[in-house]
Formats: sequence, C-alpha cells, structure tokens
Amino acid sequence: MRKNISFCLLALGLSFTTFSANAGDSTKLASKPILPDADNAGLKLPVGFGALKVADSVGRARHIAITDQGTIYVKLSRLVNGKGIVVLRDNDGDGRTEDKGAFGDFGGTGIAISGKWLYASSDQEVYRYALTPDGSLVNPMSPQKIVTGLINRRQHESKSIALDGKGNIYVNIGAFSNSCQEKDRQKGSMGMMPCPVLDSAGGIWKFDAEKSNQSYGDGKRYATGLRNVVGLDWNKQNNQLFVMQHGRDQLHDLFPDLYDQKTNAEKPAETMYAIKEGSNAGWPYVYYDPELKQKIVAPEYGGDGKKVSMDPAFQDPAIAFPAHMAPNALLFYTGNQFPAKYKNGAFVAFHGSWNRAPLPQEGYFVAFVPFENGKPTGQWEIFANGFAGAEVVTSTRVAQHRPCGLAQGPDGSLYVSDDSKGTIYRIMYNGK
Amino acid sequence: MKAARGLMMMGLLCFGLNGFSQTAKPITKSVMDNGKAVYLSRCLACHQVDGGGVPRLNAPLDGASAVIAADKAKLIRIVLKGYSDRVEIDGEYYSNNMAPHADLNNQQIADVLTYIRNSWSNKASAVTAAEVKALRAKLK
Ligand code: HEC
Repeated sequence: MRKNISFCLLALGLSFTTFSANAGDSTKLASKPILPDADNAGLKLPVGFGALKVADSVGRARHIAITDQGTIYVKLSRLVNGKGIVVLRDNDGDGRTEDKGAFGDFGGTGIAISGKWLYASSDQEVYRYALTPDGSLVNPMSPQKIVTGLINRRQHESKSIALDGKGNIYVNIGAFSNSCQEKDRQKGSMGMMPCPVLDSAGGIWKFDAEKSNQSYGDGKRYATGLRNVVGLDWNKQNNQLFVMQHGRDQLHDLFPDLYDQKTNAEKPAETMYAIKEGSNAGWPYVYYDPELKQKIVAPEYGGDGKKVSMDPAFQDPAIAFPAHMAPNALLFYTGNQFPAKYKNGAFVAFHGSWNRAPLPQEGYFVAFVPFENGKPTGQWEIFANGFAGAEVVTSTRVAQHRPCGLAQGPDGSLYVSDDSKGTIYRIMYNGK
Repeated sequence: MKAARGLMMMGLLCFGLNGFSQTAKPITKSVMDNGKAVYLSRCLACHQVDGGGVPRLNAPLDGASAVIAADKAKLIRIVLKGYSDRVEIDGEYYSNNMAPHADLNNQQIADVLTYIRNSWSNKASAVTAAEVKALRAKLK
C-alpha cells in the first residue's frame, strides 16, 4: 500500500518538472521575428516548418478561433474557475501569449468567428458574442443564445459548428449511440429499424446564424447518417460543407464471430464527406471499409463483414483514413504563408484512437489532405506528429498531448489545440 | 522524528496487511488467468491493456478507488447491469456507455473482478462466484 502512495507522488513530481520546463521560454524580446521553440514544441514537421508553444495548461482546449488581430479564443470542455472560454493575446509580439482572460459559464467544444461575431457552443446550445473592431468582445457577460435544446446524452455530445458566411450556421448533433443497437454496445444486440436516433441526432442541422432561441423545429436536418462529426469546415472554393465522421466502434467485441481483433483495429475507416443538402452517409446501416473500399452492411443490420451495400441513398466518402483515429478538427487552408501545395487543401487533427487495443493506438497527429479543383486528390500525409510524446501508444492515457482543434492565424500560421494538457501550438513556415 | 515516522509507516503497513489477512485466501494463478481471458475479450477495448481507460470516455480501473474498495457488490452490479450513471468517478466524468455483461457466468464475473482488483497497481481481496451468484439472484 505504502509503496503505491510513494509511487504516485513520484509520478506527480515528474509531471510537474515537465510542466515548468515547458513554461520557461516565453520571455523573448519584443519586435524580433517570431522564433520557433528550439525543439519545435516537441513536434515532427516537414522540412522548412517550425513550431512554438503559444500557451500551455489553458484547460481542456477543444476548438479554437483567431481574430484578424491574432487574438485567440479557446473553447474548453470543462470550466476552469467557472469559465469556459479562454482568450489569449500576445502583447509583445514574440508569438507567445502572456495576456490571458476567460469568460462564458458553459463548457463545450465548438467555437468559430464569422464576420463581427464569435460563435461558441455548449453541449446543447449555441451562443454568439459581438466582436469589437480590435477583436475584443463588446459584452462577454451577455451572449445571444442562437440555438437551444439540442440533444445531449453525453455520448458524442460535442456540438461542433461551422458557418457559411451567408447567414447560416451548421451544427453537428452526434448520435447518442455506437451503432443504433437495441442495447447500446451490448454483444450481439441487433440494430433498430429504422434507427430512431436519426430523428434528433446523427447528422448536421442548419440554423439561421442571427435568430435567437432556435431549436429543432426552426432548423433543418441538413445531412444525416453521420454518426459523430467533431471536425467540420466550410469550403469557400466550392461553397460547400465538408465533415469528418468518427466511424463506429467495437466490431470485434459486439460480433466476435465476424471480426477478429486485428480486423477490429483496422475497420471501419474514418471518413471525410463533401456534404450537399440531404446528404446521407449511411450510419448506422453501413460503414466504409478502408481495405475493400466499399460501403459494407453493418453486422447489426444483417451484414457478415463482407456484404456490400447497394443502397443508392448512401453517399461515398470524399476520402477515407485508417480506422479509429478520431478526427476532431477540419480546416481548409486559405493562407499564403505555407508553400503553394497547401493552399485550399485540408488539415485534419486526429485526436488519437482507443479502439485498436490490443494493437497499438494510432492517430495523435495533424494530417494534410491535398485538394485539386475542390476535391481531395486521394493522397494524404502526416503533417505534424509527435504530440503523444511516445513512439508507440499502447494505451490512450500514454499520449501526452492530443490534437483537437485547428485555426488559421491572420499571417497564415496554423494553430493546433490540445485538450489533454491544454497546449496551444503555432506552426509556421520559415523555409525559402 | 525519524523514529516516529518509521513507527507510523509500520503502523500503516500493518494496517494494510491486517486488512488483507481478514479475507485473504491467496489468489491462484488460474483465477488470474481466467480473469485475464475474460478481460481481454470483454473489457480491453474500453478499459485498455493497462487498465488506464480512455480520458473522459471510459473510466480507468487502475488506481480507481471503487475498484479496490471493500464494496464488491457495487462492482458485481456494474458487470451484471452495465454502467452509464454519469456520476463523478474520482473527480472526473466519463461519457461512454458500459453495456451489461450478464451473459458471463458467475465464475467468469468473479474472476474478471478479482483480476482487475489485482492487476496494474491494484491490490484487493478476491471476488467469489458465490458472491456473484447471491447478488445475481437478488437483482432478478
Ligand atoms: C463500451 C465500453 C466498456 C466496456 C466494454 C467495459 N466498460 Fe467498464 N466502464 C465503461 C464506462 C464508460 C464506465 C464509466 C460509466 C459511467 O461513468 O457512467 C465504466 C466503469 C466501470 C467500472 C467502475 C469504475 C469506477 O471507478 O467506478 C468498473 C468496475 C468497470 N467498468 C469494469 C468493467 C469490466 C470488468 C468490464 C468487462 C467485463 C468492462 N468494464 C467493460 C466502459 C466500458
């Protein structure tokens, strides 16, 4: 017993040292060019890129948004000292923020800037705050409640948001279920037909970005058959919404006769969809198999692990990724700082898997997906890696940092938030 | 000072040992092996190889106060009935649903619970099939 206690103390001591080592480098001189951290904030990046920690330990940093002046707004999933949004400013121009404030009495995930407004979501509502011309808030104490009463049954509870700049806001309402089984996550339990979850969740809802107190009756189910979308972004080239779906879990646990552990680790794909009004990605009836490159009938709905779905209602993904990596943010890069190949391509923040056990976990990186003519080229690559701080992640808790949000700064830098240790990273191109 | 601390530690140690010896029958390797087999097929995905769980999604079992507590009935109930109470567990909330695993037999449930109570940094008394049987009858 006593041994355990001292072991705990030792572990605590160690994590303290790591913290203070990180906090040391925020005292560069003003007006110098912004320099990356000597170790690139612990990240592995393509040649010519560097990274710095803009801030550390801000709380459970989910999504982030940045104003034209470079002020960073961070949405926290859990309140810190009663506040759910952190605002960070770099007053001396060294790239590290030394001014930190907080407001908002709700935890959540979504945050976005559109025109003169900052939008932020709890797990059942969406609010907006008016921005001043210098990127501060007119009144942080009294936001306007835009949307209310959205389903929150804890599972897939994040309400991520994106705006089209034409007066509409798109809100993800995740399915409060893994695969719409009669008994959620129970071995062998079959799927409900039709799946009742889809009436109020498992899709993207569209609301007016300006009206107060809208709920289901005022909005429109814009896309359905999406199990859980945490990362979504409006593509300005195509004028189209793109979303990243978290694929279903536990094929092996629930149907061990059809899926062994290795198959479970590798299926189904994480998928990106180009959404049109009325899009249906097929959850819970089908999943996308990254090896067979087909929509496969889910075992809860009569599938045998191979049966291909012929249902024309279900849309194919724009691109598929390996299983379970948990895409938590999507960002179309429109800046000019990075080399030309990045322009109008997509960055995806993969939070990292848990469903691949006993195989090692994967993800915990930011990927880049090149686009041509508004479509993915079919390739993708790891852009920023090393967040986990371990070569092999044997268990999810081993990962030190977990990428969760993405934002583009006014100078074209890419910002990444981490909801594990609350680190905000800035990635810059300094090559020639 | 030093001596006093030493005494205190010895006290702690003895207390720990005492707490044990009251119920302690040594836990056999076969119980642990059976428990591990159940763990790997039923619990691993969510609670992970190291019992660490998944932050904010699936509760950790390693170091969890409820897992090593004297209240074994609570643990048996969790396996038989599932768990999605969304209560605060050691200062944190978890958002996944744990389904019931009532199709496991009494011995399997006893062994998997003995296994999680005595793996990683955990150390606690065994759970018996008789205890599972009694609670299963009560819950019906
Ligand atoms: C689908 C994922 C999943 C599976 C599979 C699963 N659990 Fe859990 N378990 C959870 C979640 C989630 C919680 C927390 C529930 C809550 O907060 O309402 C939990 C909680 C527990 C707790 C309580 C922990 C505490 O500190 O209070 C125990 C004990 C437990 N699980 C044991 C098991 C055992 C044994 C198995 C295998 C027979 C198992 N679990 C399988 C997800 C799972």
